[in-house]
Amino acid sequence: MSVRDAIVSRAVPGEPAPRKARLAGLLDTSVGRNLGLVGVLAVLCVIGVSTADTFATTANLLIIMTSASIIGVLTVGVTMVIIGGGIDLSVGKVMALASVWSTTVATQSYGPVVMILCALAVGAGAGLVNGLLIAYGRIVPFIVTLAMLISAQGLAEQISGKRSQIVTDPTIAAIASTRLLGIPLLVYLFALVVVIGWVVLNRTTFGRRTFAIGGNPEAARLAGLDVRRHTVLLYVVSGLCCGIAAIMITSLTTTGSSTHGTLYELDAIAAVIIGGTLLSGGRGTLVGSILGVLVFTTITNLFVLNNLASEVQNIAKGAIIVAAVLFQSRAQRTTP
Amino acid sequence: MTSPETASPEAAASSRAPLLRMRGIVKQFPGVRALDGVDLDVAAGEVHCLLGQNGAGKSTLIKVLAGAHRPDAGEIEWDGRVVAFGSPHAADQAGIATIHQELDLVPGLSVAENVVLGHEPARLGFTRPAGAEHIARALLARLGHPEIPPGREVGRLPAAGQQVVSLARALSRNARLIVMDEPSAVLDSEEVDNLFRVVRELTEAGVAVVYISHRLEEIRRIGDRVTVLKDGRTVARNLPARATPTAEVIRLMTGRAVEYALPPRGPRPSGDVVLEVAGLGRRGEFADVSFTVKAGEIVGLAGLVGSGRSEILETVYGARRASAGTVRVRGRALRPASVPAAVRAGLGLCPEERKSQGLLLAEPVYRNVSLPVLGRFARAGFVKADAERASVRAATEALDVRPADPARPVRTLSGGNQQKVVLARWLLTGCSVLLLDEPTRGVDVGARGEIYALVRRLAEQGVAVVLVSSDVPEVLGLADRVLVLRDGRVVHEAPGGELDEARVLDLVMEGSRDERA
Repeated sequence: MSVRDAIVSRAVPGEPAPRKARLAGLLDTSVGRNLGLVGVLAVLCVIGVSTADTFATTANLLIIMTSASIIGVLTVGVTMVIIGGGIDLSVGKVMALASVWSTTVATQSYGPVVMILCALAVGAGAGLVNGLLIAYGRIVPFIVTLAMLISAQGLAEQISGKRSQIVTDPTIAAIASTRLLGIPLLVYLFALVVVIGWVVLNRTTFGRRTFAIGGNPEAARLAGLDVRRHTVLLYVVSGLCCGIAAIMITSLTTTGSSTHGTLYELDAIAAVIIGGTLLSGGRGTLVGSILGVLVFTTITNLFVLNNLASEVQNIAKGAIIVAAVLFQSRAQRTTP
Repeated sequence: MTSPETASPEAAASSRAPLLRMRGIVKQFPGVRALDGVDLDVAAGEVHCLLGQNGAGKSTLIKVLAGAHRPDAGEIEWDGRVVAFGSPHAADQAGIATIHQELDLVPGLSVAENVVLGHEPARLGFTRPAGAEHIARALLARLGHPEIPPGREVGRLPAAGQQVVSLARALSRNARLIVMDEPSAVLDSEEVDNLFRVVRELTEAGVAVVYISHRLEEIRRIGDRVTVLKDGRTVARNLPARATPTAEVIRLMTGRAVEYALPPRGPRPSGDVVLEVAGLGRRGEFADVSFTVKAGEIVGLAGLVGSGRSEILETVYGARRASAGTVRVRGRALRPASVPAAVRAGLGLCPEERKSQGLLLAEPVYRNVSLPVLGRFARAGFVKADAERASVRAATEALDVRPADPARPVRTLSGGNQQKVVLARWLLTGCSVLLLDEPTRGVDVGARGEIYALVRRLAEQGVAVVLVSSDVPEVLGLADRVLVLRDGRVVHEAPGGELDEARVLDLVMEGSRDERA
């Protein structure tokens, strides 16, 4: 629908749009950009199949999906915050803090339900602090969430004494090992969070207001929206995603650790960017971000399968971010 | 510059070669011809005043002169040679400096750094801060402000101080022509005296000054000749600044080439008081503003830019926090500084800057219209798209928004239709008080008529309307009652039919700051 709009509105009546312009017009729309990412993903798969025999096996594809799931959940929250005109640098370490807090001896003694609730509460609480400082303290999001990143790291180290806390509860460990129809439960969880995130962004008043506030906060305010309250809620949502991701990573590694999630925030933000979401807010798609996560995870997988060093891997990721953004801004420039 | 010039351009040209000659300048913007044949002659060593109402084309003309806009037609002769300034840099090189109304200083840099910005004293590529400070200190002393520290961050100076820095910057360029766009708007009378002393020094040294101000008494004090613009055309040029009577100047500025179709006025509204503003004030912006608006009544606020019009409207709406006074809607006090509370109480605002304050430009029409009342189309937070679209369509059709497709991005619509989108929003909420700030700015003549008819129709349906506009005939023609503002205070109040344009202009322009003290 938006593809059709974009093409129709740009075409000069009675004169067929030149092919290049039509292509650029297509790439300018969110669906078009997502198609571009699907193309990149397909190319990566072709490379995978031709360089590693094991790439196309079910086991390997499940590995890709599982490793995408944790950053993927964080990315859902980060996407919403960025569309709402903010940024959240703290997600990786808030996740680590939630994993540590929910796996202390004391918390574990209350059983799995309390552990899960604890992780969610710690995540949401950190998000609440972020949101309040940004919306009511009027500090820029970059600084607030950077400070949260550092202090969450410190708090996680203090609580854990820098040691990995082993999870003794079998229910928590079972979350990662359970499979339904051959697919790990973590992947279902990831999919569920994505679906909920998509519905919230695209079908609810909350999502609509998120786009409005990110696109033009002053206009949103003068239209009577409570911009500050909404901003707080956005960071709480991002924090909740951290809590969910914390449960997943705790279960997968059967440990709570302050070293979890190091630099995950950068991967999440990079995925949002190559997914075509504007860093300035107001425009973006969750599907694009998730495709971005999958592209990154697939690259990592390709490097592992081919026994290449992770240093090269990071260089490749950096190049992909730049290429994706160059490509997108080029497409926008050709269709003013 | 003692003998006032005659009105004849030939005489002016023969007595002194003009430094600047502009002929037949035309500048077309999408949907509006901002300049439609402007002539301007400025001689070295004179203060040439440019007069005209808002929208007459003064700002566009200065931008053409400063190289920020390229004219579509016409000729600029500078120092005897035909020139085309392709960029602000080119104009700067030629010796034309402009002090814009919205000061173009870098707030994070120091006073000295701002003064020398773009031509910093340097040796081997290294800047010499001491040299910059020296230059700045000398210029500030010359401007009568030796107390401004050259090392102070510009953003921390008061508005008047920034104005002085801006002036120092223009002086540091050794410009041969300095354009001053309402330089006195933020200065108090003593600072205005200082400014005038510097202007006289400059003109004695042969520098030409183009001076824009709405304060006629200033023009008499400092000006040599006057050029009057109206509707993008020069209607009189090279009038003697001191000898031309006020009535003559106002006559030249008023009267319109295009008559707008203003709907006929109905009987005087007699509904209940809906909006009650009492003693409203905001420090540094406006003070002691009180008025009431009845259901079905249109109250107009007339005044110059900077008179506090928009600030009053935004404070009533809760978008700014009042430092004094109350706002009541149907007798109940509004929660201060809360737009959501104002909207719930039935207020709606069409803001002054439609694009930056009113609209989500990249989003479709329907999302812009439904924004304040999205909750009405939602169940448990889920938007019912069909209900939303149907209601929005009804509202946009009632206003005849064209094109009629509510899925179109707002940015593809014309100015008039964008304004209708903002209006449709408040039509949809069913608001009882509508605050309109410059509802027809950037709107073509046809759509203006429609917006006037719509505002009148809403009033007839019992909506209380407060209208702010730079366009005096618009306020007089639409409003049942007009409040005239000057320097943040109500100076006059009268039924719309009992005022004329010349009287309003006289009220808003003649006042000097001293009068208030």
